[in-house]
Amino acid sequence: MITVRNIVREGRPFFMTTPLLLERLSPGVVATIAAIDRAGLDPITAQRLHELGFDEGVDVELLHSAPFGGDPMAVRVGNMVVALRRAMARLIEIRPANAPAA
Amino acid sequence: MNAPLTAPVVALVGNPNAGKTSLFNSLTGSRQKVGNYPGVTVERKSGRLALPDGRTAELIDLPGTYSLTPRSPDEAVTRDAVLGTLPGEKRLDAIIAVIDATNLRNHLRFVLELRRLGLPMVVALNMIDLAERDGTRIDTEQLSTILGLPVIATVAVRRRGLAELGASVAATLLDHTPRPPETANADIQLLQREARMIASTVTLAQGAQRRWSQRLDGVALHPVAGPLLLAALIFFMFQAVFAWAEAPMGWIESLIGAAQGLIAANLGEGLLRSLLADGVLGGVGAVIVFLPQILILFFFILLLEQSGYMVRAAFLMDRIMASVGLNGRAFIPLISSFACAIPGIMATRTIDSPKDRLTTILIAPLMTCSARLPVYAVIIGAFIPARPVAGVLGLQGLVLFGLYIAGVIGALVAAWALRRTVTKGPSPTFLMEMPKYQWPVPRDIFIGLYQRAWAFLARAGTIILLSTIALWALATWPKPPADWSRPALEYSFAGRIGAALEPIFRPIGFNKEIALALVPGMAAREVAVSALGTVYSLEGADETNTGGLIETLRSRWELPTALAFLAWFVFAPQCISTLAVTRRETGGWAWPTFMFTYLFAAAYVAAGITYWTAKALL
Repeated sequence: MITVRNIVREGRPFFMTTPLLLERLSPGVVATIAAIDRAGLDPITAQRLHELGFDEGVDVELLHSAPFGGDPMAVRVGNMVVALRRAMARLIEIRPANAPAA
Repeated sequence: MNAPLTAPVVALVGNPNAGKTSLFNSLTGSRQKVGNYPGVTVERKSGRLALPDGRTAELIDLPGTYSLTPRSPDEAVTRDAVLGTLPGEKRLDAIIAVIDATNLRNHLRFVLELRRLGLPMVVALNMIDLAERDGTRIDTEQLSTILGLPVIATVAVRRRGLAELGASVAATLLDHTPRPPETANADIQLLQREARMIASTVTLAQGAQRRWSQRLDGVALHPVAGPLLLAALIFFMFQAVFAWAEAPMGWIESLIGAAQGLIAANLGEGLLRSLLADGVLGGVGAVIVFLPQILILFFFILLLEQSGYMVRAAFLMDRIMASVGLNGRAFIPLISSFACAIPGIMATRTIDSPKDRLTTILIAPLMTCSARLPVYAVIIGAFIPARPVAGVLGLQGLVLFGLYIAGVIGALVAAWALRRTVTKGPSPTFLMEMPKYQWPVPRDIFIGLYQRAWAFLARAGTIILLSTIALWALATWPKPPADWSRPALEYSFAGRIGAALEPIFRPIGFNKEIALALVPGMAAREVAVSALGTVYSLEGADETNTGGLIETLRSRWELPTALAFLAWFVFAPQCISTLAVTRRETGGWAWPTFMFTYLFAAAYVAAGITYWTAKALL
């Protein structure tokens, strides 16, 4: 079972309405993209995010974090592995995956 | 080679990593033409595609892109070409959309976007073997029905499906029912969702995805093992560049020497002999000697690129690059610049942020290129004793390593300063696909190497040839009068320029001979060594070989001057070819001028500090 507790790396009271962010996804846990904060991105970067497969409703999984502070990070989005910086992962909201990915 | 004017033009379009270039190489073989699109420095690769009905089409390999919304000059070329708005380019008669069968849903999105253009189009479902190996099965016929386009499963590397692809292109060219282009702007999210729906409909079985690619990443991207592996690979690469190139460089040198001897034996003393032997062979030869090193370096770079490791290196380095305001992608061009700044600067085209790209171009000459090696070798040989340090290391090798490190640190400091001043801008993003690992294809490596060697030789034959002839002329005229007892070079224009420059260089410990050698050193840095040889040999000694030069320098220069000279070359204003390629890539003289000025200032300050520190201490 996937619970809020093992999605979030650092325990945070779930009654606080803090959204779960991709930045805080633990390795090996599959989550679903809930929302992308496009206002925080320039239009072309937002477009590229979609071109690389990011979209609401798509499954993501953290695969690797770079050395020296864990930035950038490599995530699986659909069938693709994409590297992005934490600052951008902070703009992507996630929710627990409805069903484990095949 | 030219296809007849009536030959239809067909373009390969697809996402990066779809195996487009491999497909292009398989379809056209080695009969390729590499040129530039007018006005931009993006490479235009074309070849002949023999169609099964006997006709030939011109096949163009367009730069890989994720969509028709460009983020870099490369991607803009692809958009303009498919829209038919690229100046000097004929309208495309058909498109082959190349998609990766293991990444259907992302690549289909681009196919849907391309389909809206209404051009005749065939879909190449490439790397179908990898999908099958993973256990993925795709209903090609159903995909074709849904898209309303022919879909051909291909394996570019094994030439599978190529005949069918050719037949399909021929049929599409003949039987083209024009579809009206959809002009409304494509909404990317709608296309994404449509692509995902189509992908799940036609995927009969979804295999486990690239387990082994992830396992390799477990090592390559490991927080400790990853950087160690990267450091080991780079160390091995440089070791190979210098060790393996030694013999072929010797052959080229003796070949040039033999040609010079031949000219000396057959041509009487005179201008023509001097022009051919000293100007053309001496100058161009000094550059061509580096061909083996450049080929070895490119061999490794092609290998790392095609295997998919380069992207991992960029991932590992992004944090360090970000700390000076750059992007992990800048790492690859900077590594290339250790061979020569020219291919390095050309490799910055893949950096999509213009400010990032400009900064990378500006600091690329600080990477110690192989042309500086002869300069370092002579000075270190003359002034640094071959003393062992800590048992195994040699002092000379340590100094050489230190000079390389000084260049890297200088580049990082320069990037940091530039990003806060002249290339100030929003903090760049780093967003990159990490493709699956793949075995490099020997044919693709060979074609890539051949094209690079050709580009390098073409440059040596044009701009370097012209600039060496110009410098030869400056060093030859005017001829000194009969009673001139000093070196003839001093009487020439080059000599006068050197003398005029001397007051500028005196405060940093450079004498007149050095000032004079720096002028021809502008054509190519290593020419500074031969220029010093010329100055000193003409001054009295009769030996012009390096051994003689080392002796001469030892007796003529003080140690602080020699150290200042080394420090100067860490930052030395780059050669004319680098400035020329910078002008081309930045579209004007403003940035090359800036680059020259800031590097000159940095070299001057570094040499001055070195000179006065050494003088105070020694």
